[in-house]
Amino acid sequence: MGDKVLMKGNEALAEAAIRAGCRHFFGYPITPQTEVSAYMAKKMPKIGGTFLQAESEVSAINMVYGAGGAGVRVMTSSSSPGISLKQEGISYIAGADVPCVVVNIVRGGPGLGGIQPAQSDYFQATKGGGHGDYHLVVLAPSSIQEMVDLTSDAFDIGDKYRCPVMIMGDGMLGQMMEPVEFKDTDVSDLPEKEWATSGTGMKRKKNIINSLFIEASELEDLVLERQKRYDEIAKNEVRYEAVDVEDADIILVAYGTTARIAKTAMAKAKEKGYKVGIIRPITLWPFPFEAFEKALSKNTKKTFLAVEMSMGQMVEDVRLAVNGRANVEFFGRTGGVVPTPKEILEKIEEIGGAK
Amino acid sequence: MKRINIVTGHYGSGKTEFAINYAINLQRKFQNTCICDMDIVNPYFRTNDAHQELEKEGIKVIAPDYAGTNLDLPTLPSDILSVFSDKDCHAVLDVGGDEDGAIALGQFYPYLKDEDYEMFLVVNAKRPDTQNADDIIKLAREIEIASRCRITALVNNANLSYLSSEQDFESSFELLDEVSKRMNIPVKYVSSTPDILEKLKSVDEDKKFPLKLFMNLPFDALA
Repeated sequence: MGDKVLMKGNEALAEAAIRAGCRHFFGYPITPQTEVSAYMAKKMPKIGGTFLQAESEVSAINMVYGAGGAGVRVMTSSSSPGISLKQEGISYIAGADVPCVVVNIVRGGPGLGGIQPAQSDYFQATKGGGHGDYHLVVLAPSSIQEMVDLTSDAFDIGDKYRCPVMIMGDGMLGQMMEPVEFKDTDVSDLPEKEWATSGTGMKRKKNIINSLFIEASELEDLVLERQKRYDEIAKNEVRYEAVDVEDADIILVAYGTTARIAKTAMAKAKEKGYKVGIIRPITLWPFPFEAFEKALSKNTKKTFLAVEMSMGQMVEDVRLAVNGRANVEFFGRTGGVVPTPKEILEKIEEIGGAK
Repeated sequence: MKRINIVTGHYGSGKTEFAINYAINLQRKFQNTCICDMDIVNPYFRTNDAHQELEKEGIKVIAPDYAGTNLDLPTLPSDILSVFSDKDCHAVLDVGGDEDGAIALGQFYPYLKDEDYEMFLVVNAKRPDTQNADDIIKLAREIEIASRCRITALVNNANLSYLSSEQDFESSFELLDEVSKRMNIPVKYVSSTPDILEKLKSVDEDKKFPLKLFMNLPFDALA
């Protein structure tokens, strides 16, 4: 363990990727994510890595496809409109079973939207932004420290299950500064990727990275095999934080920056006598359904209040998890407006009644 | 205190907090103070975010028209020039981080070259890229080249945001002394919140620069 240093979310994420063995980064600048690219541009040449600013996001994601196919740890990052441009490439990468890490530091949308923080890319990230039967593993940190820790996990999960992994933070997480500590990670002995197109050495048959399959049955077999890996991910990789849910009357559900704000509101609500807990999904896909089962195991006389910087996207998964057994409410701000603890507290008071 | 005060540093050094507090001090001493948000790099957490508090003090805030909005335009407002034409005003120029931010200052060199300005380099020894003298001096020279101005003083602003303590300063004094000797400029201030400054017994009282913090997060700090 090293000493604590003060870092901006975007640069901490880039540093964490380098420490996780990422030596290839292809990107294109966009606010509020640009410091990831800027950091990589400065650092990669010093450590024998590759930083390349592509001519567009479309180009960058296809470079990721190539590098990932050759078996190296590779990352790209962007913000909402740029991530939309990458969707075709992400689908191809998923279809070719290539691991990579894609970072989305979300800003307001749709369209060019704005540069202030948002969480309105939840549908895009978790419900298949590109075409076809595939999933992205989506990790949603809520502090700079967690951003650092999850970056290393993102590369490991991608390699283990041969799939693209997204780290999704809102603009606030990209831009704010917090103390962080980098754990010692040893990446000298990563498992070999026998499927990668890294040269046969005249010792094996050539590997092919491809997402086009002529026979329907061949494609079906592959999609079914991939689904088994998704099932494994859903079994093994679900992450969440649950605080005080058992005895709560109102359970907040929030991720990322919004979870921090919701926790601040929760502390204030408790002072006023409300019984409030929180479920904070850390993996958005796979969604932590288990957390809801536990919360509902004692009784179902609870209200779940989803709080998001969107018009209500994660709340649909909350409804699926609750499955009609309890009341689900929503509070959101959008367009780059960050909700305040006071607004969330008012919503808690509205649901809980006067104390 | 000079008439024109330029605040530079690595991003995350705490430049903006120092700049805002410096402007408040200038205003209380001289009145007719203005602060210019010249950051063309950072989209969030900038001087303009504190414009209401600054204006309440009677300080004129000059900021890009689109600062703090949803638009990302790296432009500077034309009324920055008023700082150079109104010789009675005192001014703080809060420049964006690193040499990239300092480029914005370069265009004002024709006005600055005849001014007796102060140009601070704010250093946070808890930032990974400013933890040794070579790196700090390299950054200082890059800022000077980009801005075409000379750094005239150092500010020791060691901090870990909401986890700040007097321990953050431990290695910083020796570090800043070395930079000071090699660049031949003084460490003019040691800045922090008053509670931490009080614990720094070895620092001369006239060097202590108490900060009131303005760039706050919309949620509680982590333990």
